[in-house]
Amino acid sequence: MFRSLNLVHNVTRRVALRAPLQARWLTDSAKNTIESSINNSDVCLFMKGTPDEPMCGFSRAAATILRVHGVNFRGVNVLEDQDLRTGIKEYSNWPTIPQVYIKGEFVGGCDILLKMHRDGDLEQLLVEKGVIEPLAEEGTESSNPAPSKE
Amino acid sequence: MSTLGETIKKKLVDELQATHVQVTDLSSGCGQNIEVTIVSSQFEGKRLLQRHTLVNKVLKDEIAEIHAFSQKPLTPAEWAKRQPSA
Repeated sequence: MFRSLNLVHNVTRRVALRAPLQARWLTDSAKNTIESSINNSDVCLFMKGTPDEPMCGFSRAAATILRVHGVNFRGVNVLEDQDLRTGIKEYSNWPTIPQVYIKGEFVGGCDILLKMHRDGDLEQLLVEKGVIEPLAEEGTESSNPAPSKE
Repeated sequence: MSTLGETIKKKLVDELQATHVQVTDLSSGCGQNIEVTIVSSQFEGKRLLQRHTLVNKVLKDEIAEIHAFSQKPLTPAEWAKRQPSA
């Protein structure tokens, strides 16, 4: 009995000590912002800075990859709102920024986006989710017919 | 290697039975930008997001302390493929 009480006390204390460095909770207003952002746009990028002026190399890389695929995404600048900056980490249970949501579903951070892009998985996912059109296949819809293989 | 690097390495070896951990400091001296390559058989059969989540969980406290964290979780087979053949 005493032992378990002590345990609870310790945990509370640890959280309290860390609180000034990084808030461990998600405010209602941050949650509302997050949910309306991810539900009202096909692709949502929580980032440091804006798509036109990223404030961090990782956020810049994520935005660039989405642009390469012609995705018209919503960029949410977490630097403008401290509650959002800590809240998105709690909400996604993901410790870093940027974070990408596609059709309301968490996809990952910069490392994952980059690897998916390299492996062709990102394009496939975007097409599957109806975010972008598949590239026209050779010889069918292309206006510049590919050289014949025969 | 910094103390943080040692802590990260130890945790990954202890908790994910990592067979290879390479911590690279990409910062210009402040130690706040770290890239980690992790080789563990626990990544086998797991998708990339699951692998990252696994590592994030183990390194929760360490990641919260630094500015930038990047990871490459690999299975032993994937790691072997990346090595230049002798």
